[in-house]
Amino acid sequence: MQFSDYFYYPFLLGSLYLFAVVAWRFVKWFAGLSKIDKIRVRKGLLTKKTWDSIVESVREGLLHFKMFRVNKLLGYMHMSLAFGWFLLIVVGHVETSLYYHSSFFPFHHSIFFRYYVTEPTDYVGHVFFEYAMEFLLLFVLSGVMLAYFKRFRSKSFGMKKTTRMRYGDHIALTALWLIFPLRFFCETFNAGIYGNGSPFFNGIGQFFASFINLETFKNPLWFSYSLALGVFFVAMPYTRYMHIPAEINFIFLRNWGVKLKKRVNTYTMAEVYSCSRCGVCIDACQLNHAGIKNSQSVYVLKNIRNKNLTDEVLFNCLLCGKCQEVCPVGIDVNDLRITQRIETTLQYNSSYDYLNLKESEAKKTDIVYFAGCMTHLTPAIKQSMLKILKLSGDNFWFMDENKAPCCGRPLMLAGQFDAAQKLIDNNQKLILASGAKTLVVSCPICYKVFKEDYMMPDVDVKMHTEYILNLVEKGRLKLKQSTQTAVYHDPCELGRGSGMYELPRELLKKSVTLKPMENEREKAYCCGGSLANMKISMDERSVISEQAMREFSTYKPDFVVTSCPLCKKTFAKTDILTVKDIAEVVVENLEI
Amino acid sequence: MKNVVIVGGGIAGVETACALAECGNRVTIIEKSDKIGGKLNRWYCLFPDFKKASDLKKYLEEKISKFDIEIKLNSEVEKAERNGNIWYVYTGNVRYAADAVVLSTGYELFDATRKEELGYKIYDNVITQGDLEEKFKTGNFKTTFGENPKRVAIVHCVGSRDEKCHNLYCSKVCCVTGVKQAIELSKMLPETQIFCYYMDLRMYDKHFEELYRTAQEHHNIQFIRGRVSEVSQTPDNRLAIKTEDTLSGRPMKMKLDMLVLLAGIDTKKHNSKVAEIFGVEREESGFLKSKDFHIGAGILSQQGVFASGCCISPMSIKETIENARSSALQINQYLKTL
Repeated sequence: MQFSDYFYYPFLLGSLYLFAVVAWRFVKWFAGLSKIDKIRVRKGLLTKKTWDSIVESVREGLLHFKMFRVNKLLGYMHMSLAFGWFLLIVVGHVETSLYYHSSFFPFHHSIFFRYYVTEPTDYVGHVFFEYAMEFLLLFVLSGVMLAYFKRFRSKSFGMKKTTRMRYGDHIALTALWLIFPLRFFCETFNAGIYGNGSPFFNGIGQFFASFINLETFKNPLWFSYSLALGVFFVAMPYTRYMHIPAEINFIFLRNWGVKLKKRVNTYTMAEVYSCSRCGVCIDACQLNHAGIKNSQSVYVLKNIRNKNLTDEVLFNCLLCGKCQEVCPVGIDVNDLRITQRIETTLQYNSSYDYLNLKESEAKKTDIVYFAGCMTHLTPAIKQSMLKILKLSGDNFWFMDENKAPCCGRPLMLAGQFDAAQKLIDNNQKLILASGAKTLVVSCPICYKVFKEDYMMPDVDVKMHTEYILNLVEKGRLKLKQSTQTAVYHDPCELGRGSGMYELPRELLKKSVTLKPMENEREKAYCCGGSLANMKISMDERSVISEQAMREFSTYKPDFVVTSCPLCKKTFAKTDILTVKDIAEVVVENLEI
Repeated sequence: MKNVVIVGGGIAGVETACALAECGNRVTIIEKSDKIGGKLNRWYCLFPDFKKASDLKKYLEEKISKFDIEIKLNSEVEKAERNGNIWYVYTGNVRYAADAVVLSTGYELFDATRKEELGYKIYDNVITQGDLEEKFKTGNFKTTFGENPKRVAIVHCVGSRDEKCHNLYCSKVCCVTGVKQAIELSKMLPETQIFCYYMDLRMYDKHFEELYRTAQEHHNIQFIRGRVSEVSQTPDNRLAIKTEDTLSGRPMKMKLDMLVLLAGIDTKKHNSKVAEIFGVEREESGFLKSKDFHIGAGILSQQGVFASGCCISPMSIKETIENARSSALQINQYLKTL
């Protein structure tokens, strides 16, 4: 048996194995989707959504646009590796087809083309292909070099911390790091022996030939190259590199409209496997300031995949959504966490009978005002809201004035789905019985659950900002411009959670001067008071709040405004700057 | 003759000054307000014996007048620097040279507005124990409705032992202050119902426990173990509180005419300033850091700088006076070594 008959076996077996495992996983994931999700996929298949997914796969899977936004060097590294490799395969395939005048040839021939074809060739554009392939190889190598460099100096890539790796990851990483340098040596050695290739590759080959016998090294090198590919492919499904096929799959499923429910299903796995563990989420996480280093999203996704997620990690998260915002893959980390919490916690058999909520208690009205627990704990906000509601002349019912049921969101965040649902059902009954068309809330935590988990299609849920702005725009409330300056803090649940960034600013600008900040809107901090974290200590919370407040104070505002009673309460206790709710600012600047 | 500068002319400052003067030192007190006596000026009666605060103030004034002590009122220390063993303390245009400096800056009541849920400065008729003392002095308890309160609740531990506002320590004297005020109130307004909401009652010193017993047996004051979670206003503008009676395990609501918050001892504001001026260390709680808990109380991290009174730890008046005297002894010994 000749060397040429077997050296490519590692590659061939590895790629077949990889193909089989990936295909099996995709089938399993699709089969595990809910009926509705399957219908979504079937209906989406022949629509623009598929085209969009292809475009997105190219943008994010190959070109890594989002990664570029994080850091240009980091973007280039990912792009050169992914896009470069992709082009090497495609261009190599075209080159081989042209050489054989056919598309039917053993597919490893295109990978090891230079091994098989050593004599001078004369197919159409052979010089172009030779040069193009060498250029692409150098392009990929530049990415590999950056990857080496990044291991030692991640700071140059805009990353303070990178992900800690597992044993298997090291094997795959080593294989990946070896593939392209090995290919480079294979090709230059071949060029040196047979006098082909570009003058550059040829020159390097000649250079090596000046002190070693290229013939001795040629076959071992080609075999090593094949082996590196084979090892990488076999290791891939069990390491973070599974994200390469998984991400493409995830992009398609997401665009077809598959959604994460409150329960873990195979879509969860499709998302989890899409995580490349790039570690961008680590730097975005404020828990770093408090010295918490094991519960960032990348680790949670890893733990879910490896089935070793602990409550300590799962619940030590503010669910602020900062990592979700920067995730280059767009994984729904918050929802993933909530579903995991629902799945893994014991559901309490809660009874809310003591609330004794009866539909007959609902007052017939146009507007229902629901203050929520947090507004009750910040009476200055409550009073301001009541004043505004009274001035508006609207017919309103203060639903939780005496009996104060919870909206259900804190329980939902804690994974207590059943208990939350009981509260939701109770509140919903009352709101519907009131016949109101609008529900006004002054807490974004309530807002999110009313919007997302209540089934009240005819009731318009409005954040107080929206409601007040509407009153002002209709001339039913008049505001005067004051000389005060303020910074606006975007609450997590309202900003990243519900996408409301501009309305509060629009309203505030009518009475105070807002100073822009670097870390606002999508990049806004969490106040540290989040109800979602069940593991953090008070001291750790304080570190997070104070860090944010200190940064606010560098802008020297007269006060901080927010539109969340919990943010207000949390920030107020740091005693660094005055903190007000948007409703209070409105009341202070009313022109009556 | 050695020179001593004392920062703060409250109970601790005056008592330390007198003791040091008696040992033959020249003492200067720098006081930021327009009179000496500190918190004594605010209180009406003192626990546990209902001695008039004004009587104790009279004692301090008579005592200090016997010595040649310079009292610089309406002045604050702006700067201080040490040259060898001598401290130079600057206030206004004056510079004092001192062989030793004593910090006796006392404390402030915890700013109850920081616990917004309790409604201080948001709802009418929510006051602190300090505000209530003013009412004892004037004898006017009328609420904003123009009548005497029929039902009053006193809330213990506002800003003390409270992780949420980062004050982990116990302010120690508020428990008995609350009991004392409840009794005083019931004596002055016998028709009024009085409730105390507490998490622990720490009746640590002599006579305190008896006072607590008297409050229940003779003044019909009700003690309920539970923290007040939120205060709101009823439609008729009275106060309503939500709490849990943790002994019976039941959530409860109560309508009130007046709510008294027992705000804790807070030294963060004063101490951060003097600590910076004199370069002495503070504890995380805000109190000035003594060299040793057992045997070094009042000896601070800078040579020649000492402290007495509540700026190092929560203290009752009795303890403050004891502490002032023992500090003076310690400082005098130091002065002799110079």
